[in-house]
Amino acid sequence: MATLHVNGAPRTFDAEPDTPLLWALREQLGLTGTKYGCGIAACGACTVHIDGVPTRSCVRPISTIGANEKVVTIEGLSPDGSHPVQRAWVQLDVPQCGYCQCGMVMTAVALLQAKPNPTDADIDEAMTNICRCGTYNRIRAAIKAVAQGSTRSAGLNIQHVDGSVA
Amino acid sequence: MSAAVVDRRGFLKVSASAAGLTLAMQVPFGAQAQDASPEVTVWVVMKPDDAIVVRIARSEMGQGTLTGLAQLVAEELDANWAKVTTEYPTPGQNLARNRAWGNFSTGGSRGIRESHDYVRKGGAAARMMLVQAAANEWKVPVAECRAANSVITHGPTGRTISYGKVASAAARLPVPTDVPLKDPKDWKIAGKRLARLDTVDKVTGKQVYGADLKLPGMLNAAIRDCPVFGGKVRSFNAAAVASRPGVKKIVQVGDSAVAVVADTWWRAKSALDALPIEWDEGPNAKVSSADVAAILKAGLDAPEAAVGNRVGDAKAALASAARRIEAVYSYPHQNHATMEPMNATARWTPERCEVWTPTQNGEAALAATSEAAGLPARQCEVYKIHLGGGFGRRGMTDWIRQAVAIAKEMPGTPVKLLWTREEDMLHGRFHPVTQCKLQAGLDAQGNVTALHMRISGQSILAGVNPQGIQGGRDPVVFQGLNPPGPEASIGYTVPNLLIDHAMRNPPVPPGFWRGVNLNQNTIYLECFIDEIAAATRQDPLALRRKLMAQHPKHLAVLNAVAQKVGWERPPADIGGQKVFRGLAQTMGFGSYVAACAEVSVSADGDLKVHRIVAATDPGHAVNPQQIEAQVEGSFAYGLSAALFGECTLKNGRIEQDNFSTYPVVHMQHMPKVETVLVPSGGFWGGVGEPTIAVAAPAVLNAIFAATGKRIRDLPLKHHSLKRA
Repeated sequence: MATLHVNGAPRTFDAEPDTPLLWALREQLGLTGTKYGCGIAACGACTVHIDGVPTRSCVRPISTIGANEKVVTIEGLSPDGSHPVQRAWVQLDVPQCGYCQCGMVMTAVALLQAKPNPTDADIDEAMTNICRCGTYNRIRAAIKAVAQGSTRSAGLNIQHVDGSVA
Repeated sequence: MSAAVVDRRGFLKVSASAAGLTLAMQVPFGAQAQDASPEVTVWVVMKPDDAIVVRIARSEMGQGTLTGLAQLVAEELDANWAKVTTEYPTPGQNLARNRAWGNFSTGGSRGIRESHDYVRKGGAAARMMLVQAAANEWKVPVAECRAANSVITHGPTGRTISYGKVASAAARLPVPTDVPLKDPKDWKIAGKRLARLDTVDKVTGKQVYGADLKLPGMLNAAIRDCPVFGGKVRSFNAAAVASRPGVKKIVQVGDSAVAVVADTWWRAKSALDALPIEWDEGPNAKVSSADVAAILKAGLDAPEAAVGNRVGDAKAALASAARRIEAVYSYPHQNHATMEPMNATARWTPERCEVWTPTQNGEAALAATSEAAGLPARQCEVYKIHLGGGFGRRGMTDWIRQAVAIAKEMPGTPVKLLWTREEDMLHGRFHPVTQCKLQAGLDAQGNVTALHMRISGQSILAGVNPQGIQGGRDPVVFQGLNPPGPEASIGYTVPNLLIDHAMRNPPVPPGFWRGVNLNQNTIYLECFIDEIAAATRQDPLALRRKLMAQHPKHLAVLNAVAQKVGWERPPADIGGQKVFRGLAQTMGFGSYVAACAEVSVSADGDLKVHRIVAATDPGHAVNPQQIEAQVEGSFAYGLSAALFGECTLKNGRIEQDNFSTYPVVHMQHMPKVETVLVPSGGFWGGVGEPTIAVAAPAVLNAIFAATGKRIRDLPLKHHSLKRA
């Protein structure tokens, strides 16, 4: 049996010690927002936070994570999708297929915590996740929108059903 | 057993308790109408609370077709957009109802351009029926009633009633056959920059992809197919892993693959990694990319070739030309590399087979399920799940057949097959490999009098749909080079033109890919046009304008790009580096596109693509902000292909097995993209693919402007751009 502190609570489950965190989250704990993309920490679809540090969970065995280390997944980022990064992603219609986007959001949250007003170079350096649909420019715009507190500078003029325009 | 039954309309009603399915998450079961909400037309279900369910036959894989098609239906329905949701009818329902929803195939950028007419009529007919039902209830002439925003108003009295209140009555009326459609200039929902309908769940982790599916009692499978194309399983030692934790079964799949089934996927995959398998590598065990290239090279001068476009006598005109220019280009195999690896969940019993899978072609998936299950299609069903990327790969059915074969070994138990990234890379359906020899003949004044393009290489149809080959000729090979017409036509007039294809098929399975044949054909032609411009000391834009005079739609998008980028003025330096421009244009998937890339190349040869200005004329623009997203995305995909994309063959197998060896564009590589949308009306073109084709040639032409180096084979990672 293994115990991990996930999304605010200790969770005990049955898995081999060398099981990657990604698969324990997905299969033992049912948290499927964290995605499998490559299995070699190359694509970032599996990004979660461990004590606030963005971590590629597909290569992180659960045996290396202490019971007191706090794992946060996309499901634990906010109860209702209301985190400012999630809101900006929605306002600017960032996702296309969306498969990489939970990892992108988790990586962006950590970037903005470390650097609340990131430069383009900061964004290039931190956002090394892969998106095959090619949403990179909207991701950049959404990160800047969070930093500036407004989506207006993105100039996308997207009309939402609540009447707002982002 | 499954308790799914088909009601009088052929709709599946899944009784969750009887089926033993206590669903842990939202599992797609197709169009259910479980609450008996009236289906007004096959495209529109109206709920009593005025919620509207628009049926979508095409697959959503990120391209926004779900939102765009819903906009078209809602527009003609005069619906309250805030009340619109969507659902997929299943391929089985389509079969049972005589293909009421038409074609499910979602490739070739055809979601909207192929179905706009009948889905709009489905919305318009529903509106007419709802208005008629209101008029009947009020006992007034229908001509006195009008609809807007899901509300019907009787003009003379001002009485109103919402759609939901008359939906049941409307559903009992005959569906009108004479259904006029709105003039697009009157659109209020279509044509607008509306937010997508499917965004929120993608940023909270709630969106269920095929890889996330979990059914009660489900087991998980990992698979390894013989890495050598055409190879087979010789033997495997199941006993070596049978007692590992969670392992339930080790099965051979077909004659070339082995799968491990376990309680969790990680345990299945770990056991598969430890499973000793001996392969019979078969006839291709020694084949390499160099062998393939040699076969293609021979095709460049072969006497036999299928003709795609012929005007005048190009060979004679070349022979008598005052000057000739010649170049040979090539394009490699490439993998789609969707972010979500291939997967399907199957449950088989002797009476019924069900499959849950992300597919671009639900009907083909059903046919494959039926074949693999050994059951009639009417005893099978496919539930389409949101795709984690498609790009053409998920138009195929190979993984579905595998999943059904595995499930057949465990009757009644749902089994989810998920490929590793490595399996996905080694067993793609690859972008076809081709070479092209281009010869231009010039007169004494430098005018182009002849052009011969000889393409040699792989035919996708020969691999995936041999009945599409017409007398030895694959018409799809000539994308973007066709004679004048509505699809993929060449934008230049040359008095003597010959474009032909020598088919050479290597032992690597080909597949449709984002843009596919338009990609390499546009590189070949657009870079060669630049070569002619350079050789004759003409401005690349001026030469194109001269050759494009008889192709006004092609020319219009090129001119739109030139104007937006300010072609007449040199670009400003960026970071102390000089910036250079390259142009490209083409036509495909029904749309006209052009691009200008702005790049700089440092003294050390580091390439930076700063900006791409792209124009597109898709005829009608259904959601401009989503078209912009598609254009941007197409450049990410096209630049990945141009900068890095290559799958090489060694000893009969693909060498690149993950993103470490098959790099793609990241945030740091992504240029600014400015989209110029110039819909000229009167036709319907696609938007997901066309602009990918101009990405590489625009960049290659800009690199030539910057360095004088003419790159004729991709990817760019093999070339030093360092100044000599």
